Amino acid sequence: MNHMWKFSVRRMLIIIPQLLLLSLLVFLMAQAMPGDALTGQINPDLDPQEMQEQREELGLNDPWHIKYADWITSAVRGDLGQSFQFKMPASELIWNRMVNSFWLGVATLIITYLLAIPLGITSGRFNDSLLDSSITGYTYIGFATPIFIFALVMLWIFGYQLGWFPTSGSVAPGSDPGTFEYIVSKINHLLLPAISLGLITTVNTVQYLRSEIIDTKQKDFIITARAKGASESRVYNRHIFRNSLLPIAAFFGFEITGLIGGTVFVERIFGYPGMGDLFIQSVLLRDYTVVTSVVLLFGLASILGALISDIILSLVDPRIRIK
Amino acid sequence: MEKEKVLEVKNLQKFFKLGRNNTVKAVDDISFDINKGETFGLVGESGCGKSTTGRTIIRLHEATGGQVIFNHENVHGKKSKQDLLKLNRKMQMIFQDPSSSLNPKMTVMDIVAEGIDIHKLAKNEKDRKQRVENLLETVGLNREHATRFPHEFSGGQRQRIGIARALAVEPEFIIADEPISALDVSIQAQVVNLLKRLQRDYGLTFLFIAHDLSMVKYISDRIGVMYFGNMVELAESDELYKNPLHPYTKSLLSAIPLPDPDYERNRRRVAYDPAEHDTNEEPEFREVKPGHWVRCTTKEFEEYKKELKTK
Repeated sequence: MNHMWKFSVRRMLIIIPQLLLLSLLVFLMAQAMPGDALTGQINPDLDPQEMQEQREELGLNDPWHIKYADWITSAVRGDLGQSFQFKMPASELIWNRMVNSFWLGVATLIITYLLAIPLGITSGRFNDSLLDSSITGYTYIGFATPIFIFALVMLWIFGYQLGWFPTSGSVAPGSDPGTFEYIVSKINHLLLPAISLGLITTVNTVQYLRSEIIDTKQKDFIITARAKGASESRVYNRHIFRNSLLPIAAFFGFEITGLIGGTVFVERIFGYPGMGDLFIQSVLLRDYTVVTSVVLLFGLASILGALISDIILSLVDPRIRIK
Repeated sequence: MEKEKVLEVKNLQKFFKLGRNNTVKAVDDISFDINKGETFGLVGESGCGKSTTGRTIIRLHEATGGQVIFNHENVHGKKSKQDLLKLNRKMQMIFQDPSSSLNPKMTVMDIVAEGIDIHKLAKNEKDRKQRVENLLETVGLNREHATRFPHEFSGGQRQRIGIARALAVEPEFIIADEPISALDVSIQAQVVNLLKRLQRDYGLTFLFIAHDLSMVKYISDRIGVMYFGNMVELAESDELYKNPLHPYTKSLLSAIPLPDPDYERNRRRVAYDPAEHDTNEEPEFREVKPGHWVRCTTKEFEEYKKELKTK
């Protein structure tokens, strides 16, 4: 257990330089964009001389490293600056969206694993059977289908044609937060985007689990288990699944990173007010503070995802810890 | 003295289908008996079907043809789960690669105890633990090792775990499939001596599969030489080393190196060429001298008999 702690602490320390590098890159990209905080906010009739003074006062003429230090200290305190378009603090704007995106992410992950585990296990256990071929066929289609096309088709069929699910928003207008109807409505709005995204993202895990099981099936210790007299179900449950599911668990963190890309499209298509939707909206509106804040948070989520993966992996595979 | 046969292998065949018109005859019609308490060595080059023979005997592979009779019971053929389990308890196997044949995610305790669990040999949790610890001590490990994982051990120690694991179900017959080939030479002797001691203490019967002839001679009472899925010669160890008859056996024996420079300088390797046999007649397994069998044609049979007499 001692090794475990050492490893985890060391691994967590690594995210400090990672975060610094990330914030620096995000900041420099924001700097490279044309205009600054005053460009859109000031009356164009204002004397350029006065504008220059204002700039000086606000610190906009400072060298970039001082500006970066200012920006990062306030960001750490939770102040991400003002949104130009909505005239409200970016952090406030992002917070609500973040909660929505979080639930969408959770629902998508649940659907992903709910599909991937039974499909992967069946496909790996009965490999090269008709069943396996159909499952593998599905995964290839999943790989080949772009999420933005698939989400549109799902929306059209289940939202508009069949009318089973609401077609936009995250909750029915007029429901009170905290009531049972409110929660049901939330889940109802969540379901179609989560299923659409889950059906596509799951194919990775299905294929990975399948090959992992086929791989483990041929290991020598499986022959040992059979030689001990273990029944077929015992061989699968105690030896093959346990050894194949754990590496899958380790990819849970990376799955989070992968989700971010998917949610950007899906939220936009389903009009679901999450971070991805906000991201596209602010890019189109040139709302730079919000864009940089969202990119920063996406980056943070990726870093945390990788951290979770590494820690699970070290829990799962004792050999990794030793190094 | 009439010896009691533990295992009879009769015309065993194991073919693998690789494609529509491509069958590999890994084991093609071999027969031999193993007596109670003896060690039967099976040697031959890589890919000659030694391991397949071992695995087919214990029914890890289904036989294509022939019979394996263990304690007067046919191993193959239709069997209930109980019968299979019972057979499985009496016959165990030790594998070649000690690092890959142990489940990396299980502790030594669980690895060794799994057989005990499957065959329900332990009365309770305490008995189970006690049995595992005794087994570990029997094979020369400590009881403290039980909570560790296989990767924390050296190759020799892992093989000892593999042996403890096989012993856990109190078997009568153990198939050791190249148990020492993956080990360092200094460790090989330790493991072989451990196997010999266990044989003496528990009255075990061994089928020892290997390609290291000097080690096989040391441990085996009788030796069978396999070539391309066939048994080409079978005799008592001393007899085989003194009077090898089949050209393949001669070739194998000529390949053993000795740590003696004078001997090595003069050692002549005999190459085996299967073309030297008369292909007009299908060779058969014949007893040239009581207990000494060779696969040969009738003409070769007479020659071998003469060869033995002149010696």
